[in-house]
Amino acid sequence: MVGAVHALCRSAMSLSASMPVEPTTPELPVEPLTARRRNERIVAALLLMATLTAALPAVGVIGLLVVKGAPALSFTFLFTMPISGMTAGGIWPAIVGTIWLVGVSLAFAVPVGVLAGVYLSEYAGDGWLARIVDLAIVNLAGVPSIVHALFGLGAFVLFLKFGTSILAAGLTLGVMTLPVIITSTKAALQSVPHVFRVACWNLGATRWQTIRHVVLPNALPGILTGIILQVSRAAGETAPILFTGAAFYLPILPDSVWSQTMALSMHVFALVTQVPNVPDEMKYGTALVLVGIVLAFNSASIALRVYLRRHRRW
Amino acid sequence: MPDADTPHLSIRGLTASYGSRAVLRDLTVDIPRTGIFGIIGPAGSAKSTFLTCLNRTLELTPGAGRTGQVLLDGEEVRELDVSDVRRRVAMVLPLPVGLPMSIYDNVAFAPRMAGMRNRKELDGLVERCLTQAALWDEVKDRLQELGTRLSGGQQQRLTLARALSTQPEVLCLDEFSIAIDPVTTMRIEAVLVELRQTMTIVMVTNLLAQARRIADRTLFLLNGEPVEEGPTNALFEAARDQRTTDYVNGRFG
Repeated sequence: MVGAVHALCRSAMSLSASMPVEPTTPELPVEPLTARRRNERIVAALLLMATLTAALPAVGVIGLLVVKGAPALSFTFLFTMPISGMTAGGIWPAIVGTIWLVGVSLAFAVPVGVLAGVYLSEYAGDGWLARIVDLAIVNLAGVPSIVHALFGLGAFVLFLKFGTSILAAGLTLGVMTLPVIITSTKAALQSVPHVFRVACWNLGATRWQTIRHVVLPNALPGILTGIILQVSRAAGETAPILFTGAAFYLPILPDSVWSQTMALSMHVFALVTQVPNVPDEMKYGTALVLVGIVLAFNSASIALRVYLRRHRRW
Repeated sequence: MPDADTPHLSIRGLTASYGSRAVLRDLTVDIPRTGIFGIIGPAGSAKSTFLTCLNRTLELTPGAGRTGQVLLDGEEVRELDVSDVRRRVAMVLPLPVGLPMSIYDNVAFAPRMAGMRNRKELDGLVERCLTQAALWDEVKDRLQELGTRLSGGQQQRLTLARALSTQPEVLCLDEFSIAIDPVTTMRIEAVLVELRQTMTIVMVTNLLAQARRIADRTLFLLNGEPVEEGPTNALFEAARDQRTTDYVNGRFG
């Protein structure tokens, strides 16, 4: 029908071809088919190359560590003390120390971060205070880790007189991970649709009851994902524990949060740059253990996200 | 127990505003005990805003406020505990919302939040509310399934069952049929006709025919101002105000 009208118009136009006013549609330039196909292939190849370039370092790092470090892995290496000035023996105190540090940082950052996230998402509204706090958190997330280290030295080691200890180092790591825990908590809470809250309020539930029974349970996987990613970050960072609690060589296990401790990240740094005559496979082996722990946590986070996607409740 | 002849809800000079913009102006009306009280009017007439004044959810909107009185059994609702008010004055919103929990938990949620723990009591209450909402037969064998997985029409009846779970004395419905099919609409209307024997129902609707079918009295709001209120038949057949006559005859709105 429409086509017929068009045809009519066109024939009318060709009839009036001699008339001065003649609106014509400009012809679309036609690219030859072969050229178009060639361009498609070039673009696809470029994109693939960029992607491979991005993936290459990750594969390279892990491959290198596995090839060079795997021979070092043994029960003795993992579960005994270092001996002979760290050039032999195991890395057990560094593994234990890393667990202590991560534990202390989580004990501080999870409650504070999650509660702050709940406040910012559910209570703060959109006032000037909330905006300033938001801005502060974003900026805190951008502070380099060495600056966190200096802050930890000043605040925890010296001012609060914790000394160089697991407590001071753990708190420093906690402060460093706090902004991301707050931000991911807030994002997870806000991904729970607002209509659920309204429905609960209309049923006479208080704000806290609504959060406790409807919002938090449904935001939990998202909150946990954020926390786990920060676990791997806390385990891997070296700078924040450098002046605050990590020991260079301390072949005993820590007995309280007031002890100093060895840590895996610090141990890699020490073996590679500070101690002569360390066999290469020990260096690689230690780095492999560190990366293994970090990857294990990241995988847990990914698994959680997959679970979350499969068990959506709305 | 208050006197059966006094109005259940007594609205005196109610003005509601968002920021400096008054959307509902100087409404004075009595809503009698039991029966269906219909509210009609074109979009933007502050019908929904009026409902939020009744159960104090207006306060949840930043910058919103009101003056005048809303008396529930003679008591200003602002002076009562807010959770109590919302349990006594239940609300069904236009879009069905299944909470992300089981069908059973959807209905048991409000009683639990009010402190009811006894499993037997809860079981009985859940069955009664789902039956009242004409949903029991469809879900009785799958009470542990997610409420969010039900169809839209079923979710709106679940929303109704949830609203009934606090054993309210006033039930507000805000255009409950806007997102559901005609069959479910008719079923819920039948439920309302049953409930009006024992409950005061305030029903905001965009469907004139719906008000005409089941409302005992009807209020006509226009641009936030009350135009006319009276028995539904009188309002539709012999309105006192020309604007009412024009609206109910479909000349505008």
